[in-house]
Amino acid sequence: MSAITLDIAEKRYPARTGTPAREIFRDFRLDVAAGEFLVLLGSSGLGKTTLLNIAAGLDDTYRGAVRFGTANPRIAYAFQNPRLLPWRTVLENVALPLGEGMAARTSARRMLEEVGLAELASAYPERLSLGQQRRAALARAFAIEPDVLLMDEPFVSLDQPAAERLRELLRRLLARRPASVMFVTHDPREAVALASRIVLLEGSPATVARDVKVTLGLRERASPALADAFLIRMGIIPRTEPATPRG
Amino acid sequence: MSTASRLGMTAASLLALLLVWQGAALWAASPLLPSPAAVLAAMQRAAEGGALQRNIAITLARVAAAFFIAMAIGSALGIALGRSPRLNELFGPWVIVLLNLPALVVIILCYVWFGLTEAAAITAVSINKIPNVAVTMREGAAALSRDLDEMARVYRFGRWRTLRHVTLPQLVPFFTASARSGLALTWKIVLVVELLGRSNGVGFELQTAFQMFDVATVLAYALAFTVVVQIIEMGLLQPWERWANGWRR
Repeated sequence: MSAITLDIAEKRYPARTGTPAREIFRDFRLDVAAGEFLVLLGSSGLGKTTLLNIAAGLDDTYRGAVRFGTANPRIAYAFQNPRLLPWRTVLENVALPLGEGMAARTSARRMLEEVGLAELASAYPERLSLGQQRRAALARAFAIEPDVLLMDEPFVSLDQPAAERLRELLRRLLARRPASVMFVTHDPREAVALASRIVLLEGSPATVARDVKVTLGLRERASPALADAFLIRMGIIPRTEPATPRG
Repeated sequence: MSTASRLGMTAASLLALLLVWQGAALWAASPLLPSPAAVLAAMQRAAEGGALQRNIAITLARVAAAFFIAMAIGSALGIALGRSPRLNELFGPWVIVLLNLPALVVIILCYVWFGLTEAAAITAVSINKIPNVAVTMREGAAALSRDLDEMARVYRFGRWRTLRHVTLPQLVPFFTASARSGLALTWKIVLVVELLGRSNGVGFELQTAFQMFDVATVLAYALAFTVVVQIIEMGLLQPWERWANGWRR
């Protein structure tokens, strides 16, 4: 049984000054299995974020339907920018999706301990580094114990070690609270590091170019050479060119 | 510049103004340009019977009433116009018309239509102020962050939590700006309203003094009232602004 079924008959962006009308999806279908970590891979502008926004219910200007495996699922969304409220403390930012009582603050505090931000609970987000803000955004996402977790390049513009630490944190959080994940990135190595399934999108309107299961061990995922070998074997990156440079 | 030296500069500047005034009064040697000492004496005279305090209190009450009514109605109106392009197309021009209507016209019309009453006076001041507030708040409401709004929708904040934690904090700078200019405008118009149709308050006393060419009393009331308004500005508005902006780096 699928946790998420996206069935998009048509999604288009109307013409604006300077850009012509664009068809993003036509007869596009994607099933995400329960507990799956699906990485959507593809160059920017293909419609990956649009897909997440449709799944989140933020975009309803399309023809088609989104169905979920559980009725009224809890959805968390880690945006490309952390989107924390700058006028609320880190603790309040994590607690607000849960409500306004003491119980919400208690579980938010526990969540912050888990992501290693306990000391910064009463700081305002703008005083945090980008990496810390992303940790707070992760804490907010997991605080609601989501059934569905949508992530839009949540580790972009961090240096490689910091991004790797956050990916490690994400694995740990998911091990404790399993969720069905849709994760958008344009970095193939990040895809290999995290995914249980990679879907490569191409073209306009976007279609699924590759759809591969990833059954590598942690050691293979962490090694750039082995990850690249896998990506080439699966036809996700071409043989001749090197993979996306790091950093 | 440090706070102490800034205060020192302000004090020196005010002292210089006082000296210029004293010099001009000596040179003119006329009751139509009284010296600072004469104005102080007039202030004491007015304060002795409690008339000064009573009239300032009455005027302040009117300022407060008109100010709160105008802020409440103007904010609601401005937010509604900023959020809905259709409402803005329909009623935006009304706001422009109101904005350009001379204060005096509004005051006269209110007195003619509603009589020389307290309600008419406060209504007149409020109507003068409402379009200013609405225009500022409309700007703020139109600039609300879509990103944060989406975040609140995904995490199911609901109407009340979104308003309190996402929307209103973004409007604070605009609210403060209109409160600031609002207070200055309101107290000036209140004096005119009192002069035209009330039998107490600072505006009424100014008119009485004017009819007797008692410039010392005019200046005494003006000075006392200005000081009170400054105290409100520094003691209430500025601390509130600092508190509301505490999250900024």
